[in-house]
Amino acid sequence: MLKSPTKIAQLVVTLLACAFLLVPALQSMLAGITVNYFQGVSSGLTTKWIVQVWELYAGSIGLSIWLAFACLFCTLLIGVPAAYGLARNPGWISRVLEEFISLPLAIPGLALALALLQLYGSVQGFRTHWSFILTGHVLYTLPFMVRSVLAVLAAMDLKTLEEGAASLGASPWQRFRDIVIPNAMPGILAGSLTVVTLSIGEFNLTWMLHTPYLKTLPVGLADSYASMRLEVASAYTLVFFIMIIPLLMAMQWASNRAQRIVA
Amino acid sequence: MTLTLKSVAKTYPDGTEALHPTDLSVPPGEILALLGPSGCGKTTLLRLIAGLESANLGGEVWFGEDNVTALAVEHRKAGMVFQSYALFPNMSVRGNIGYGLKMQKLPKAEITARVDEVLELCQLAPFAHRTITALSGGQRQRVALARAFAPRPRLLLLDEPLSALDATLRDSLRDELAILLRKFGITAVFVTHDQNEAMAIADRVAVMSGGRIEQIGTPEALYRQPKSDFVARFVGNAMPLEGRMDGTNLHLPGGVLPLPDPSPNAQAFVRAEDVRIDADGPLTGKVISLTFLGTHYRLGIAGITDIVLYALHTGQSAPKLGETVRCRIDPEAILLVPKERPAA
Repeated sequence: MLKSPTKIAQLVVTLLACAFLLVPALQSMLAGITVNYFQGVSSGLTTKWIVQVWELYAGSIGLSIWLAFACLFCTLLIGVPAAYGLARNPGWISRVLEEFISLPLAIPGLALALALLQLYGSVQGFRTHWSFILTGHVLYTLPFMVRSVLAVLAAMDLKTLEEGAASLGASPWQRFRDIVIPNAMPGILAGSLTVVTLSIGEFNLTWMLHTPYLKTLPVGLADSYASMRLEVASAYTLVFFIMIIPLLMAMQWASNRAQRIVA
Repeated sequence: MTLTLKSVAKTYPDGTEALHPTDLSVPPGEILALLGPSGCGKTTLLRLIAGLESANLGGEVWFGEDNVTALAVEHRKAGMVFQSYALFPNMSVRGNIGYGLKMQKLPKAEITARVDEVLELCQLAPFAHRTITALSGGQRQRVALARAFAPRPRLLLLDEPLSALDATLRDSLRDELAILLRKFGITAVFVTHDQNEAMAIADRVAVMSGGRIEQIGTPEALYRQPKSDFVARFVGNAMPLEGRMDGTNLHLPGGVLPLPDPSPNAQAFVRAEDVRIDADGPLTGKVISLTFLGTHYRLGIAGITDIVLYALHTGQSAPKLGETVRCRIDPEAILLVPKERPAA
């Protein structure tokens, strides 16, 4: 297998690329559990930085998870019916609307946040409430949900399926519940995965919108990088990692499963 | 249940007149075929009956004693089999067949019993728990039929039920479908562009063209007494005999034919099976094409009329290409169809 020099060269390049990506991540994680990073691992391993991060930023972590799921709830509530509406009424108006929904993708998060601040910044109760950040997150993630669901709906003969259900006595709501939602499930799951991931990791927009009492996970991360000792910042990264990996894996699994059922 | 249409018409928003005002009555238990080429309005008519399209103002659709014109599709209780079957991919065979019963809010036990009954009737019992994607085309077609029939609809509507199948399967399923529909004993209307399908399944056939019903009748009547040029050509591929008529004779470029009865305003047609090769025949032509079809030969003969006349010839041997042959057409085999109204 490793006879030819080309093969060996390929392997070396691959391993180097992996190392380039993995070594800093591993080092950062190791730093998070090292007593004193400047002395190296020989200073001993500890969990005290992780405990400290937890004490300092448990609120941020909680807020981020809360925001992600609130954001998911909102995008499902708005995005799935919106995608359905667009799929049922193809035409230039739908195309324009679809582009309009997708606008937040093209506008930088900072600009979007600034617009929100200009528009609602003076509404006292709202400005300092977590729902202000939620508004930004929903604006930013909605196109991902709509497009993901729309892609699945556009791939099936929705009109005839609904006509079939109607001829069997199903009302418009029953058709939506029994036919549209279950068949759009792969798209809904894929969209949900994207929305939750984006919401948890979103920094640009959130950094502009946050208040000292409303810090999300990435904002807290920036905060700890700027003002804490390196070990705490590294421990924070480790916590972030541990939080988001199982979540990603769970949603990936769910989305694969749904696709298998449909296919 | 009798299905009655009273001057039902459909004009689409873009101005297309898909269906001109049409009256139609289908007695209980009858199977009616709507036969015609694509774009003739047959599918529009079916969708108007189902309630999937709304008719122009003034048209009425009656299911027995009920005027259902204003009822939405979900309240009409008309079972529908779609061309693509429109089976729900998120449900099993059983789920699909039981869906209409579930919509009627029947008790679970009753749904199970009815689904079992229909599964048995349509010979689908072994596939009850399969998903739709695990079924063959023929099985899907039966599931679509079972699903439409399970909720005891007032009538069954079928839109090109066999056209999604490949040709060999279509022939065997055609007979199967005819048997099943007879077993159901339900009023049924089905749309097809295939005359063999219409003839094999239906009690009566309505031939449609250009948004109108041209002629409606039993398959035999349509075949033997077509009332228009279009019906003669479309059903059984009759060929026009263009020539001068004088009283009892028809003068063709290739000879003179005796007519069954004098009818000055008629157009004569003949079918390929009635053009016979006969050494003593009055018509002369030249064989320009020859196709061997197993049970018979199909000869293309030029010179008898302005167009190529086809003849089906049975026998061990056939005339050769380029050979001059004599033909006979018996007077009773000539179809006399009223001349088309000149186009306005």
